[in-house]
Amino acid sequence: MTHKFTPAGTGGLVLQEKLLWEKGRKGREGMSLVKSDVPPASLPADICGSGPDWPDLSEQEVARHYTRLSSWNFGVDTGMYPLGSCTMKYNPKINETMAALPGFSGAHPLLPASACQGSMRLIYELESYLAEIVGLKAASLQPAAGAHGELCGMLMIAAWHRHNEKSGAPRKTKVLIPDTAHGTNPATATMSGFTEVKVPLGPKGYIELAQIDKLMQDDVAGLMVTNPNTLGLFEQELADIIALIHQRGGLVYADGANLNAVMGYADLGRMGVDVVHYNLHKTMSTPHGGGGPGSGPVAVSETLIPFLPGPRVVKNGDKYEWQTDLPLSIGRLHGFHGQFGVAVKAYSYILSMGQNLKKASALAVLNANYIKEKLKGAFDLPFDQPCMHECVFTDAKQRAAKVSTLDIAKRLIDLGYHPPTVYFPLVVHSAIMIEPTETESKEDLDAFIAAMLEVAREAGEEPEKLHAAPTLTKARRMDETTAARKPVLTGDMMTGESK
Amino acid sequence: MRYLPHTQADIDEMLAAVGLNNLDELFEQIPENSRRIRPLNLPEAMTEWELTAHMQELAAAGGGDWQVFAHAGSQPHHIPAIVPYLASRSEFLTSYTPYQPEISQGTLQAIFEFQTLISRLVGLDVTNASMYDGSTAMAEATLMAMRITKRRRVAVSALVHPHWRQVLSTYLAPLADVELITLPAGPDGRTDFSGLCGEPAVLVMQSPNFLGVIEDLEAASQKIKSLGGLLAAGFSEPFALGLIKSPGELGADIVFGEAQSLGLAQAFGGPTLGLLSCKTEFVRQIPGRLVGRSKDVDGKDGFVLTLATREQHIRRSRAVSNICSNAGHCALTCSIFMAAIGGSGFRQTAQVNLDLAAYLRSGLEKLGFRRIGSAPVFNEFAMHAPNNFEAVHERLKSQKILAGLSLNMWKNDIPGFNPEGVWLFGVTETSGKARIDALLREIEKGA
Amino acid sequence: MIELKDINIPDDIKYAEDHEWVSVEAPFRIGVSDFAQDALGDLTYVELPEVGMKLTKGEEFGTLESTKSVSPLYSPLSGEVTAVNDLLEDEPGQVNSDPYGEGWIIEIAPANLDELDELLDAAAYQEKLEQEE
Repeated sequence: MTHKFTPAGTGGLVLQEKLLWEKGRKGREGMSLVKSDVPPASLPADICGSGPDWPDLSEQEVARHYTRLSSWNFGVDTGMYPLGSCTMKYNPKINETMAALPGFSGAHPLLPASACQGSMRLIYELESYLAEIVGLKAASLQPAAGAHGELCGMLMIAAWHRHNEKSGAPRKTKVLIPDTAHGTNPATATMSGFTEVKVPLGPKGYIELAQIDKLMQDDVAGLMVTNPNTLGLFEQELADIIALIHQRGGLVYADGANLNAVMGYADLGRMGVDVVHYNLHKTMSTPHGGGGPGSGPVAVSETLIPFLPGPRVVKNGDKYEWQTDLPLSIGRLHGFHGQFGVAVKAYSYILSMGQNLKKASALAVLNANYIKEKLKGAFDLPFDQPCMHECVFTDAKQRAAKVSTLDIAKRLIDLGYHPPTVYFPLVVHSAIMIEPTETESKEDLDAFIAAMLEVAREAGEEPEKLHAAPTLTKARRMDETTAARKPVLTGDMMTGESK
Repeated sequence: MRYLPHTQADIDEMLAAVGLNNLDELFEQIPENSRRIRPLNLPEAMTEWELTAHMQELAAAGGGDWQVFAHAGSQPHHIPAIVPYLASRSEFLTSYTPYQPEISQGTLQAIFEFQTLISRLVGLDVTNASMYDGSTAMAEATLMAMRITKRRRVAVSALVHPHWRQVLSTYLAPLADVELITLPAGPDGRTDFSGLCGEPAVLVMQSPNFLGVIEDLEAASQKIKSLGGLLAAGFSEPFALGLIKSPGELGADIVFGEAQSLGLAQAFGGPTLGLLSCKTEFVRQIPGRLVGRSKDVDGKDGFVLTLATREQHIRRSRAVSNICSNAGHCALTCSIFMAAIGGSGFRQTAQVNLDLAAYLRSGLEKLGFRRIGSAPVFNEFAMHAPNNFEAVHERLKSQKILAGLSLNMWKNDIPGFNPEGVWLFGVTETSGKARIDALLREIEKGA
Repeated sequence: MIELKDINIPDDIKYAEDHEWVSVEAPFRIGVSDFAQDALGDLTYVELPEVGMKLTKGEEFGTLESTKSVSPLYSPLSGEVTAVNDLLEDEPGQVNSDPYGEGWIIEIAPANLDELDELLDAAAYQEKLEQEE
């Protein structure tokens, strides 16, 4: 065997660390505590409790605990994270510094408008930039995450229909959702009071006008569509589909999970989209934080402006004001004004990028097509056509050697990469969905491609390596079945000796 | 541009590899009727230094330099340097949801510890890996109770934060056959649930409530249980639980809460941290992610996301919620804070909050303010103000002091309670005697 | 997954297209086939109906969960649920290890025994699996 492959960087010291409550001693202090300088007060004895049973640690114990935990994690700063549909691009550091400016981070959300004009201006301007980037008319920062933005969009569509039903429009109870949709779409439809009507994928990988024509009946509220779709393909007939839906009294919600592919290239306003959500933690570079917080602003067409959540920031002369008189608004979706701290980061990113946002989309699409081209010999590519920002392979070529998508994903870990998204979209059997994003350089892509080719070679020659992977990590493959059969969800559920 | 690594040579080589001549050709698959014609109308790209100058200008008018003697769901507690320092480690900050447990054990163990510490705080068995904020946690708690009881009648206390109740209304609006009843405020600033009847799914309470009053959750629990429903109890100030009995101890079946107080910046209201906990028997109805303990193939202890069949990526239209992204990094930050303050420090700091609030309240009483009822409060309370107070409040704004919040803002929002002339005050351990004395002196001076 | 030839298809029971089986005499037990349990993988939870629930043929009466999937169970017969296998609450894995024995799911009082004739016998079920492969 002459082939030589050097992993991107794995191996090293793995430190052990106890659970938090196995450390410390009662009476230690991990932070400077305030002493009371006024007379002591008391509460009636019958309502008093003993306080939570949390451990007492020194500051250094806390520092070591979390530093050791962090060393078992893989982040975008650690290495390439080609997770399809998640847009794991670089998270610029200046954005964090800006969000931490005390003028923003210390602001109480109920200050009088005169006291927080800077924060209100930021909301106002970011909303206008977000509307502009997709070609729509207005936006709201209230939704706290992508799924919350979806809910916001569908609640607005539901409210618009209820409003029209008052003047005799037929009752809407269903919504069309393509097979390729993220699970959040059908779940959102249910939360918004609709039942899902599945739209089958056409043979070329996108939905077709003829299908929608059949399904778009009187009781259908509209369509939830992800574009580019989760196969990484631009929906070819969408503008015509939307025109048809509008003609039949429906509205269209676009899932903006994949907006990173089309900034400056597609115009959702021209396409006729009524509402789209952003994931600021994808497209606008804010960090995923191990699961959140995200931010899921919505942008809307003229039709839905009156239905946006409130209160809204408006500009009156050179002053920013809260608009609360919104009779058609769906109401509040968040305790205050949405994920303001995330918005500061996204605003900083947009101002740093300017016209480069369009170039970011171009490079994201270039990177995905480059990977697709280089890997399509070694891995099965179910839709062999130009892709947008991500491409979807399968394990079909490795199946004969009893190697699965999961094995391929786990082996990549040992080679220094976060795995791609696997087993999604559901319409592709054993999918491997790769989204490199624009912030990966050509050398990094070439190294990833080499790793994938190495995995393909191993699958044929030494499949046991893939079955055993990963071997270099803190934990190896976990027993998920026992975890679900006998859930242990807190330290207090741990039994006897292991506690 | 520093975030875009491609040189022109890179682009040319890559275009050649995919058989194209220029970047625009990558977008030929976009049909003409979907293409963008206008250029992006955005400001010119800024350098890091231009951006910093611009942002400093905005932040100077951001509001963060105000002294605010009111909470209403957002509290200024001390955040020690170690909390943001550790939380900002990029292994935590730049990672995704821990779907690949082998390279996410740091996040997974931290969430498992979070679930444990919060369960101990609220007195219930199970806590999820977080919700967006307190208001959405409350809405999800309500939906959860409706699924468990298979009932459609929801009773919410008028003394739950008005914004949280508005969010609940937004969530319930599109659902068929749901009846939302608001139980009025009683004269002592506690919820009057005597009128609760029929077959309610859930009674939704907040304690300390929006007026800062500690509710009688035990009585609420007995009342709702007698009608076959569940008690969902919540809070926006977790520090109160350093001193009072936990909602779980008092009979709550589901607990929701806002944990911003535990190490998170106020940040103009977000991102914060929604808490959601329940009894073990309801675990299959709780939305959001759960981390469980397990073993790997070598028999070594580790952690993994579990019971995912409840969630949207598996159950789709029949999922218990559509939630995907949560407030994971806020939960981590909050865990670091809980580790740093410790059980003893938490209790001690809670006592300081109680002492300072009592000190401010008796100071205001001496200046003619009147209490609302005699029910106990923690670090926030409502008072009837003397007639001239509005003018004093206005004058203090010029010193960037917000001397309480006028409840007139919510004048039609709290059934059973007349907010005319009533102000909400709050302090924390950051307020200190000196600042409170200065505030009282200013109020005494008059307009 | 195991090979088709290794799948156990007893010939004293009947099968539905959706891979449930039912016994042909009282007690009329319903479960899922060896093929189904193998395709679903290790089960982590079985959602059971309440005794007394009235079912029509093809109606959903519960779900089987693995770590990554939820699969509905459809009744092969119309009738009333007379018993459920409580053992599965604590040991869902019984469906995997003994699908035709300890892993039974419900018992039913059939409303119309003629419906049994509409189900597949072992040979027909085997043929269906072979065709689908």
